[in-house]
Amino acid sequence: MDRSRRRFLKRTSYAALGFGGLPLLAAAGRALESVSEESVSEEPAAQGRQWALVIDLRKCRKPEVRRACIEACHREHNVPHIPDPTEEVKWIWEERYQNAFPDQAHAHTGEALRDRPVLVLCNHCTHPPCVKVCPTQATWKREEDGIVMMDMHRCIGCRYCIAACPYGARSFNWRDPRPYIPGGPGGEFPTRTMGVVEKCNFCAERLRHGREPACVAAARQVPGGEGALVFGDLGDPRSAVSRLLAQEHTICRKWSLGTGPNVFYVV
Amino acid sequence: MNDRPTIIGGLVIALVALTFPIWYSVGAGRPGPPPELELPADESQCVEDAASMRANHMDLLDRWRDAVVREGRRTYRSTNLGEVEMSLTKTCLGCHRNRETFCLRCHEYANVGGEGPAGGVRCWACHLEPEGN
Repeated sequence: MDRSRRRFLKRTSYAALGFGGLPLLAAAGRALESVSEESVSEEPAAQGRQWALVIDLRKCRKPEVRRACIEACHREHNVPHIPDPTEEVKWIWEERYQNAFPDQAHAHTGEALRDRPVLVLCNHCTHPPCVKVCPTQATWKREEDGIVMMDMHRCIGCRYCIAACPYGARSFNWRDPRPYIPGGPGGEFPTRTMGVVEKCNFCAERLRHGREPACVAAARQVPGGEGALVFGDLGDPRSAVSRLLAQEHTICRKWSLGTGPNVFYVV
Repeated sequence: MNDRPTIIGGLVIALVALTFPIWYSVGAGRPGPPPELELPADESQCVEDAASMRANHMDLLDRWRDAVVREGRRTYRSTNLGEVEMSLTKTCLGCHRNRETFCLRCHEYANVGGEGPAGGVRCWACHLEPEGN
């Protein structure tokens, strides 16, 4: 009796050890697997398409050029105009040079340059911090073209992404935006609803039809604004942006943060 | 054994109270008439059969949404109409032009929420109806 109980307890504890240890082994296997997968997938991702924008600040000095870009974008995407700056919604807007490029302006930067208005928008970063913090994957980086997209259906309005973005590129809808859309909502692009975050989408809906972004097209329409905004694929060495980046001295916003912005500026 | 009538009486009352929902729905008689839905005049078939749409339109819309927004696919091979674009505004509302007399009327009848923040049909909080509707 005594012996068999002892044997029973022994065997039970062996079995428990085995069952307890199996998941550990499986997890270790999975961890090893994912490590090897990551190192393999590094290469093709670098070759993928990445849309990018080069903004020539010399050609954006005329206020008409900047205004045309902003208006075209906001009309195309039904972006509301809310006067209260604490509730404003913006996809592309003006920022002073010293605020857009805090690590470029120094103690002796000329006043004219320091205060020069700069067009800023979502940088569609290579390593977007907004995507990392999103708890619902409502924002994600599209593999095929590098656009940082928003899925309004999934956004729960937690605003982590707003806190994570170092460029202030994201706006929250504190109220129903429809009454604030100049001329009322129109066109095919949906409006947003109260409680979601929005931002520039690099005109993904136009790119799908082979059309360039609204801001780029609008700048071209203004006399003197030709070539103020140049759009193209960074992955293609012959694209307009790649050639510009090779020729000109360009800067981008807060490069040192490591987000890898894909909007560049010619000062 | 003097308490027998009280106990049995109490049990009967409890039984009636517990099964009240069943008696109530039996006594309420036939359900109200089904809602009269306005069907498109210029199209007799939906992308799938009517019975399947009635039962599964919510899943279809969810699949369309994920395909378009997340995966970038836009063409749907439908049973009845061949290849159609997965678009609420263009395809669905292209035929069902009036949400009041189609979507909302049925949703209200089935008590699955009208337009409003709590569940139900919230498509139009963002999606615009095509021009001229």
